Amino acid sequence: MLSRVANSIYWLNRYIERAENVARFISANYNMTLDLPEDASDQWQPLINTTGDDELFKKLYGEATRDNAIRFLIFDRRYTNSIYSCVRAARENARSIREYISSEMWEQLNTFYLMINAASEETVMDLPHQFSAEVMNASHAFIGITDATMNHGEGWHFGRLGRMLERADKTTRLLDVKYFILLPSVDYVGSPYDNILWAALLRSASAFEMYRKQFGRIAPRNITNFLLLDRSFPRAVHYSLAAAMKSLNQISGGQSDSYSNKAQQALGRLLAEFQYASLEEIFDYGLHEYLDVTQTRINQVGEAIYEGFFKVKIEG
Amino acid sequence: MNFTGYDNEGFYDELFDAKGQPRRGADLLVQRINALPDSELQRRQQAAEKALLNLGITFNVYSDDDQTEKIFPFDIVPRIIQSQEWQHLEVGLKQRIRALNLFIDDVYHDQKILKDGVVPADLVLSAEGFRKPCIGLNPPCGVWCHVTGTDLVRGGDGEYYVLEDNLRCPSGVSYVLENRQIMKRTFPLVFDACSVQPVTDYPIRLLEMLQEMAPAGVRSPVCVVWTPGIYNSAYFEHSYLAQQMGVQLVEGSDLVVQRGEVMMRTTKGLERVDVIYRRIDDDFIDPKVFRADSMLGVPGLMEAYSKGRVALANAPGSGVADDKAVYAYVPEIIKYYLQEDPLINNVPTYACWREDERNYVLENLDKLVVKAVNESGGYGMLIGPHASAAEREEFRRRIIAKPRIYIAQPTLSLSRVPVLMGDHFEGRHVDLRPYLLCGDDNIYVMPGGLTRVALKKGSLVVNSSQGGGSKDTWVINSTEGPSPESPLQEQKQEQEQDQNQEDAPC
Repeated sequence: MLSRVANSIYWLNRYIERAENVARFISANYNMTLDLPEDASDQWQPLINTTGDDELFKKLYGEATRDNAIRFLIFDRRYTNSIYSCVRAARENARSIREYISSEMWEQLNTFYLMINAASEETVMDLPHQFSAEVMNASHAFIGITDATMNHGEGWHFGRLGRMLERADKTTRLLDVKYFILLPSVDYVGSPYDNILWAALLRSASAFEMYRKQFGRIAPRNITNFLLLDRSFPRAVHYSLAAAMKSLNQISGGQSDSYSNKAQQALGRLLAEFQYASLEEIFDYGLHEYLDVTQTRINQVGEAIYEGFFKVKIEG
Repeated sequence: MNFTGYDNEGFYDELFDAKGQPRRGADLLVQRINALPDSELQRRQQAAEKALLNLGITFNVYSDDDQTEKIFPFDIVPRIIQSQEWQHLEVGLKQRIRALNLFIDDVYHDQKILKDGVVPADLVLSAEGFRKPCIGLNPPCGVWCHVTGTDLVRGGDGEYYVLEDNLRCPSGVSYVLENRQIMKRTFPLVFDACSVQPVTDYPIRLLEMLQEMAPAGVRSPVCVVWTPGIYNSAYFEHSYLAQQMGVQLVEGSDLVVQRGEVMMRTTKGLERVDVIYRRIDDDFIDPKVFRADSMLGVPGLMEAYSKGRVALANAPGSGVADDKAVYAYVPEIIKYYLQEDPLINNVPTYACWREDERNYVLENLDKLVVKAVNESGGYGMLIGPHASAAEREEFRRRIIAKPRIYIAQPTLSLSRVPVLMGDHFEGRHVDLRPYLLCGDDNIYVMPGGLTRVALKKGSLVVNSSQGGGSKDTWVINSTEGPSPESPLQEQKQEQEQDQNQEDAPC
């Protein structure tokens, strides 16, 4: 397939997944702050910090409040990772490969964009939770339509590769939201409030029921274990990396225990790290630090994919 | 909802005759619309518009800062053309494109027609679309212009005239195909009963034509559609055609010439391309030969083309016959090459480079439409009767300064069609753009084509960039008439539907 087309379908999927995850962040944070005691409830700055784009936010808005944080993350056209910008970018990518994807995929994406565009013209955002749920639904619908209407060939694998890398990255960041939330005092750690926060986090990753079935009680270590290392929960980092690897192997056409390009090498090593990781080591290393390193390594995989597939070298 | 009170206002109406009776072939449609419950037609119109928006069937408007995508406005009442009338047009259109292809080939080879003085040589050689690097080239099958979208208009006398030839990259065919889809959903029963000639096979025919053009010896040719990119106003169409044909849509940056072959960049390396349906102007295709500043082009493409390593549709240089100055000579061109009289006439045209005609034009600016020969899309045009004195003065100056680039035509009283405006119908002016495909030894004319409507009251400008819309065009086989049992069947079906659904069938 054309390199440009592969590039577009990869990014189109990354952007949709990114938009979905921004919605998840907002939903997680919103739920947490509603449950916290009043003196600790107005915590939107920590959410901005998890995005890594706090400098831009400060420049545009200054102090974080519920309203401006939501405006920034959902509708701000100047912010390239806002839901609006992501969906718009996804649609632009889809537009450039409209003949390649199914018309059902295009139509879903286009209505998704029209929905966000219409919402961006409203002045108040009363129900961020409901809006976030709509964004997640639209993203799920897109994934389902893609699976059901497009050949599971090279293009589909590029799409899944993009989506799964993005998801792995964003689940690490979602785990980090908890790290940034400032509890009124250390006494809160292990208190009922703390459990409420963890449960809200699970819900935001659509992981609450699946987690309950496996572990029952809300326990921070188990939750970390589930979201990071689970092999069958589709939003867990390990699962996402394994799925990305499967697609990359299909694209590269090599064996699963060797590599034929740098992207395969980088992703294979990262996946092995997760296959043989233990929770003890991760906590010894520091969860936040571990997540940070993982994010950097996912970025390196992305760069290798760009070099290997989207940039074609010409002789002479 | 009905046509009661609809007024022709003295114009030729495509749906009703001068007495207000439905024209032949249109009575069934008129009956059905008249029978619809109140506001049902509006409801269907709105549903159709919503469908277009969700499908993203839009075009881009140049120099429009924020909202760059617009839906091409669509009117739900189809335009009807009766099949005998259509047959005449079809034969006339084929005649015209055969002559024009012979003309282009002659211009780039022996130039007999110029030497014989039938068309002034300086006019042709100075035409904006004339490409010197194309002299001596031999496109596959000897055809230069493969895809044409001829603009026709019907005057107050009921006759069709050719307004423009559009031999470069005519657009709009995707709207015909999409409009047809929507109309089938909107009026399934009338559609069925009218036996409308199909248009949906266009993409297959286009692909077959492109495959025929492949360089000799290529077994399964790789065809592509070349678009300037997503910001081009016709981008939707480029991607739509590629999708319908099942071929790659490429941009200039996807293509590269290596060892004399045109290749595209893929995730598995470079892959050969045999036929390019290019939707990009001559000027931009190869910076080595044409405009050096083209960022969209492929360096070395023309060399590969001239050696027959790749085929291009339409052939570079075809635009020479699309010049509005050359247009004035098409009747002579037809006589010269085919020894036939033109079956469809030109709109009478005054050439401003001829002194007597220029003087007539300058004296009658308030009655004429003046056009710059190298502009399209309704730009660079003066509609005398609608223009202000200052605008007419401006064109007077321009014509005197550069007579070579202006022609003038009488303001035609273009035919009209009923268009849904709120809760009633109003007449609006239309033109018609049928699409032609010229293959190795056969010419296909799409039955019907794009009917463009000037939606502004009284306006004669149908271009989408200037407030035009479109409607579906039905070429109806009214000669045979419906078979005896079919009306009954349909009634039965209708009754059943009435019982089952809230939707009134139509």
